[in-house]
Amino acid sequence: MIYTPSPLAIGIFAAFVLAVLGLSSFFAKKTTSAQGYYAAGGTIHWGVNGIAFAGDYLSAASFLGICGMIAFDGYDGFLYSIGYLAGWVVALFLVAEPLKRYGKYTFTDALNYKYNSKGIELAAGISTLIVSLCYLIPQMVGAGALVKPLLGLEHHWGVIIVGCIVIYIVATAGMTSTTYVQFIKGGLLIIFSTILSAAIFVNGINKKPYDNFRELQTISATLSAGKVSSIGSSDYTLAGEVDSGDKKYVKLQRDGIFTWWSTILVEGETQLKEALFITTTEDGRELYNGAPKEEQRFFQVGNASKIVVDGQEVDKTGSIGPFKFLSTIKQSEIIRFTKTLFIDGKDKVVLWYQTPTSGIDIMRPGLKFKVDEGATFLSKLNFVSLMLALFMGTSALPHVLIRYYTVPSSKDARKSTIVAISSIGFFYILTVFMGLGAMVTGVIDLQSSNMSAPLLAKYFGVVLFSCISAIAFATVLGTVSGLIVASSGAVAHDLLTNYFGVKLTDKGQVRAGKISAVCVGLFAIFLGIIFKGINVSFLVGLAFAVAAAANLPAILMMLFWKKTTAQGIISSIFVGIVASLGIILFSPSIYLDLYKTTATAPIPLDNPGIIAIPLSFITLVVVSLLTQKKGASSQ
Amino acid sequence: MGGHGPSTDWGVDHASDYKAKLGVYMFLVYVVIYAGFILINVLTPKLMGVIIFAGLNLAIIYGFGLIVLAIVMGLIYNYFCTKKEDELNKEGAGK
Repeated sequence: MIYTPSPLAIGIFAAFVLAVLGLSSFFAKKTTSAQGYYAAGGTIHWGVNGIAFAGDYLSAASFLGICGMIAFDGYDGFLYSIGYLAGWVVALFLVAEPLKRYGKYTFTDALNYKYNSKGIELAAGISTLIVSLCYLIPQMVGAGALVKPLLGLEHHWGVIIVGCIVIYIVATAGMTSTTYVQFIKGGLLIIFSTILSAAIFVNGINKKPYDNFRELQTISATLSAGKVSSIGSSDYTLAGEVDSGDKKYVKLQRDGIFTWWSTILVEGETQLKEALFITTTEDGRELYNGAPKEEQRFFQVGNASKIVVDGQEVDKTGSIGPFKFLSTIKQSEIIRFTKTLFIDGKDKVVLWYQTPTSGIDIMRPGLKFKVDEGATFLSKLNFVSLMLALFMGTSALPHVLIRYYTVPSSKDARKSTIVAISSIGFFYILTVFMGLGAMVTGVIDLQSSNMSAPLLAKYFGVVLFSCISAIAFATVLGTVSGLIVASSGAVAHDLLTNYFGVKLTDKGQVRAGKISAVCVGLFAIFLGIIFKGINVSFLVGLAFAVAAAANLPAILMMLFWKKTTAQGIISSIFVGIVASLGIILFSPSIYLDLYKTTATAPIPLDNPGIIAIPLSFITLVVVSLLTQKKGASSQ
Repeated sequence: MGGHGPSTDWGVDHASDYKAKLGVYMFLVYVVIYAGFILINVLTPKLMGVIIFAGLNLAIIYGFGLIVLAIVMGLIYNYFCTKKEDELNKEGAGK
């Protein structure tokens, strides 16, 4: 899809980015010590820290990923909101205060305070680095998704711009600037999301969301001997057909342009339904709905095909309240799209066919995560696995954990967590309205679910769109900054200084941190480019699973089980990393979206949580029991 | 290097045991309710579509409820922790 940037959008965006850079430079002058670089000197007010938590947490995954997933798959996207927020309960009730008491700069310090073990420093340092990198990928992908409609730039430019700005921010200032930048952006994101939700309610639901909304065509067809023999339109001619999975796709030609249609049976009559598709030809050319991208034949979709208000079918609702909005969608029918891949001769076709879906199915789990009709044991296991990973992942994320070291006391750590839960919880409730709003407003770009929320904002005017996109982009900047501070802390503080025993002065530590930040940033740019197009919330779900498997068993058992030994912690961290990454790399979603193959993945699970987290816990217990010191606990 | 002190010194917290115990109890309450959500989805998914009130189904009510409950429980936890901290740490300082 091609987007034309507006000067106003570019102006607002540039002003935002410059403000962020200005703020960073201001705080850079104040950061000279390692304490200042990694933990903002431990002087941040709990209220500011709480909103900064929200700024960190409500990253690309929440605003872009969840809204996008709800726009594509309804309630299933909201499961992420529920899980992400529930994770904060673990953070608040079990982890926040003790970690604050035991650590100094990084969670490795807290983990290692009882044991003084080189092995823990190594394991936790590596785990911080890997989890941060896993979490960095979706942020960078999100940045790419944002700049496309905002500045009209290609995905990789978005990733490169974010990478460079963040490297500049982190390499100059560290945690103080990251905190204040996140505070401002977290607050603004919540305010503007509230405005966007209000705009959705005022606008209501309309079968034809805007004047030039492209309505999809239907043509009748006749089948003989299982093949389409004729069609009920003289404008098109039959040009071929492909059977893929349990569906038949028909190729038609008109004015020299080929288009693909899916077939359905309605009351005994075969109908062809217009589909959207991208064909990759043998020589590598990409055709969007049969023509080069520049011809703009690939259009935005998503609308209600039937709107029912209190039992009455209507064409539009007019302004409605939040509850009425939800109950109306529940009674209506929405045109969603299902993605499929097939080969036509020497061409590779990615096709999205119309899937009219009842509101009843949209408003409950099951469209993405099969738990009801068509569910298998594995699909249910995938669902449980995801919910487990989201619940346990939050309090194991290094960039969340380091924020506990920016406030003066444990009490402040607790209070800032509560501010975070309240603001994040409020935002997550809004994701339902923003996601469903995008679903019925004809703004969906089928190539990237991540763009749904910004494109919805664009529907309401370029000012709202520019502000929201600039804030979301700046939020990505801040989250990436936080992650890079956490990663550079792992490399420079945990590994270099503590594990390898490199003697560095205070200033030397800061310099080592900054050099690490540059390296991690460059690597993140590379990853952000290769993971283009995958839903960012899905990717974050995977990062959560890695974090939960690698770090949480170690953190919880260290705090609550006296027999935990250093060896137990080290083994559980490594087992957690290997098991979770191993399962992800051989999972069906990664096979389809990253390797772009239809081959069967060796591991049928998409989220590794259900296997990797218990495995990591069991490893910790078994190894700890085997390595008990005689006559005493490990302490 | 390895072990070193906390980022800022703020004295001994006499309420930490109480807070840890309260935290575990509240965590367990939330876990049960969260697990209930997962179990209904897996075992009786149709139940999630049942209308509860104002045209909203159980999926929406339970989902919103889990978010609101986390906020409410956080506030309750903070209230009791702060109360205990004020009480015990004041006594502790006087000893």
